[in-house]
Amino acid sequence: MLRLEPRQQASSTMRWLTPILAVAITMFMGGLLFAAMGKNPFEAIRIIFLDPFFHETFGPYSRSQLMVKAGPLILIATGLSIGFRAGVWNIGAEGQFVMGAIAGGAVGLALHPADGFWVLPLMTVVGAIGGMAWAMIPALLRIKFNTNEILVSLMLVYVAYNFLAAMVTGPLKNPDGFGFPESRSFTSVDSTHLPMIYEPLGMHAGVLVALGIVIAAYVMMERHLLGFQIRLTGESPRAAKFAGVNPAFIVAVCLGISGALAGMAGLFEVTGPAGKLTTNFPVGYGFTAIIVAFLGRLNPIGIVLAGLLMALTYIGGELAQLSLGIPAAAISVFQGMMLFFLLAVDVFVNYRLVWKKEVK
Amino acid sequence: MSETLLEIKGLSKSYPGVKANDNVSFTIQQGEIHALLGENGAGKSTLVKMIYGLVHPDEGDMVLHGKHYMPHKPSEARNLGVGMVFQHFSLFEALNVAENITLGMEHAPPRAELAVRIREVSNAYGLPLDPDRLIGDLSVGERQRVEIVRCLLQNPKLLIMDEPTSVLTPQEVDTLFLTLRKLSSEGVAILYISHKLDEIKTLCDHATVLRHGKVVDTCIPAEETARSMAEMMIGGELSMPTAREFTPGDTLLELNNLSLASLDPFGTSLTNVSLTLRAGEVMGVAGVAGNGQDELLLALSGERTTDSDMIKLKGVSLGGMGPTTRRALGLLAAPEERLGHAAAPDMSLTENAFLSARIRQKLEKSGFTLRNKRDDFTREIIEKFDVRTPGISNAARSLSGGNLQKFVIGREVLQQPTVLVVNQPTWGVDAAAAADIREALRTLAAEGAAVLVISQDLDELMEMSDTFAVLAEGRLSKPRSAVGLNVEEIGLMMGGNLEESANA
Repeated sequence: MLRLEPRQQASSTMRWLTPILAVAITMFMGGLLFAAMGKNPFEAIRIIFLDPFFHETFGPYSRSQLMVKAGPLILIATGLSIGFRAGVWNIGAEGQFVMGAIAGGAVGLALHPADGFWVLPLMTVVGAIGGMAWAMIPALLRIKFNTNEILVSLMLVYVAYNFLAAMVTGPLKNPDGFGFPESRSFTSVDSTHLPMIYEPLGMHAGVLVALGIVIAAYVMMERHLLGFQIRLTGESPRAAKFAGVNPAFIVAVCLGISGALAGMAGLFEVTGPAGKLTTNFPVGYGFTAIIVAFLGRLNPIGIVLAGLLMALTYIGGELAQLSLGIPAAAISVFQGMMLFFLLAVDVFVNYRLVWKKEVK
Repeated sequence: MSETLLEIKGLSKSYPGVKANDNVSFTIQQGEIHALLGENGAGKSTLVKMIYGLVHPDEGDMVLHGKHYMPHKPSEARNLGVGMVFQHFSLFEALNVAENITLGMEHAPPRAELAVRIREVSNAYGLPLDPDRLIGDLSVGERQRVEIVRCLLQNPKLLIMDEPTSVLTPQEVDTLFLTLRKLSSEGVAILYISHKLDEIKTLCDHATVLRHGKVVDTCIPAEETARSMAEMMIGGELSMPTAREFTPGDTLLELNNLSLASLDPFGTSLTNVSLTLRAGEVMGVAGVAGNGQDELLLALSGERTTDSDMIKLKGVSLGGMGPTTRRALGLLAAPEERLGHAAAPDMSLTENAFLSARIRQKLEKSGFTLRNKRDDFTREIIEKFDVRTPGISNAARSLSGGNLQKFVIGREVLQQPTVLVVNQPTWGVDAAAAADIREALRTLAAEGAAVLVISQDLDELMEMSDTFAVLAEGRLSKPRSAVGLNVEEIGLMMGGNLEESANA
């Protein structure tokens, strides 16, 4: 019989190699998938991974999209990873992303057309609070009634989607928009337009904030008491109680931080790349960020690299759709494979496969 | 009645570092109720697991019905007529009685037929059960019935019961005994594991006494007293402490009618535990596991809170405070379970040192870890307590049991506590490390702290304690001087017979 035996000590080199290995296997299996669809696998992989950088006509635009897409992924994934390390599973970042955009966006719209450097920072803060408030719903339900935060946070995503639809057809609808279900444009007024810092790589102010938060998160997790308590809770809940950690506090902090960062990402998205609130505003960053968090080993530095890689597959995937006619669903499968193979490779890093006769 | 059912010949089983069973031999007659008696860790569980096919012996042989018997797995044992009811049930709460029983059977009959049989069998033995009820809605006693009926449906010749009454109310115990006697009268032998001496006296025909994995005695319980059986269990060779230099100092810890409901359905609630612990004192709390030891440690470490006045440290009421405040005030604890409670398995020794020592050793400043100070403290523990580890960044999991225990005890002792509470400080630790740990705890007391040692190892308690008490069914006997205690008294106190010992 085949069985998995835990390894004494998982090799730390292997732990860092697994994401690379997972990407390699994904390329291979993805290639098979594309081949089965009658597309040239080598061309498809080249288009996804290399063309965004080097293609003569698409390159410049693709490069400028890289950080635009990676920014929110990194910001959300950083927040999620903090919770994941404590065993607090916030799966609803997508909803917090939407609520952050609505809350912060509403402030901007209410102030329209106010002028002043303080408008955008205020919107950012309110956006973070909006995301945090949305995440506190699963937090409080878990603390008070021991509900499962995975289910509650996930279901709240769909509530947020519908809330968004209600807002853009109701209170937040553009009064001069001829009845279209969308808000005023945030980018057409300077005070609510997220400034672009380095155009060729698509680095807007939000990306810069995201990188700052990555560093802050790293310091907190490695050096600060709160980070220690979060890690301890995830490693061993009973030891955490023995150490005097209040589990309810950790649940609230983890969901609060991840919700706030997701909300902030939503605000940056709506005041920058998206430009306005519409029903098409959410594109799944909140879900993809879960993959990014794990692909980055729940480590802030790893998450930056994983975020960039994931952004690349988005951009490359779009190119592949355009030039090879690969359907969008196939690209989603391709991205999902990356998480799947990461988890699979992980199993083999921590366990070894042995062939054993069934005798005790 | 006189025909031999199962003969056990020289069974031995070793685990790393411990010989769980050593050349165990005895016989079980048809239809007899045979008690297996012994303290925790005496090897009872290992022995019955071998009979039930869960564990394979290193040496020895068994004969069932005159035929060689060596089951490789429980289903083999069941087919040959050996059933077992475990102390902890394996039932699915979301499924009903009949479904749960089906899951345990190899050749389950159709559902309707099974339901009829469950009704028949359960009524015949005075254990009425409704096959359609959900397990989640049943009481603990009823769940046990499901386990028993599951065994009875397979027509066993030998039924093994592992501490069946520990979860039952007195009324349920009476019902169970009626059932067992009826089974016995029909020729089914029962191997009954317990350390409740009264029960064994009323129920069992024969008893085999195990100590340190060996058969040390056999007896007919009806002809013995609880006292004499306790002596067999503990052994007469217990070394009695000689008078020790002990002048009690100021009162450091007071427990006043400490009561705490257990959160674990198999746990024991604490009822009116009172004691006074003075400077320089080591108090030993004996008792068989599961009599409230874990609850007592949680109540003292601050992981569970109680009414404020129930616990006083140097006159300060802190029953309502959490672990952090208690540590700051000087009440420290070292839980029994090293990996997963006292230490986080996958975290480094430095982080595990930080875990409990950050407050008293001031290992953080405005929330940020002082890494050099933390590492120095870790090195101090490793050096002073001779913890064998390649380095301070190794994971707690990578240390052997004894080394990790030295680390855990050292971590608390070096914080210079006012009162230190330890649960099973030398459990699963080799002799040399155990001696070091005991020495360190005695020294701590000699320097003016007070130490509360909760342990099941009587030898250890006799060696260390100035005062002695027994925790039985969540109640603590009145602490008394350990000097001059004899085995009989301890045995009685451990059997839960507090009143009798108080009168004695």
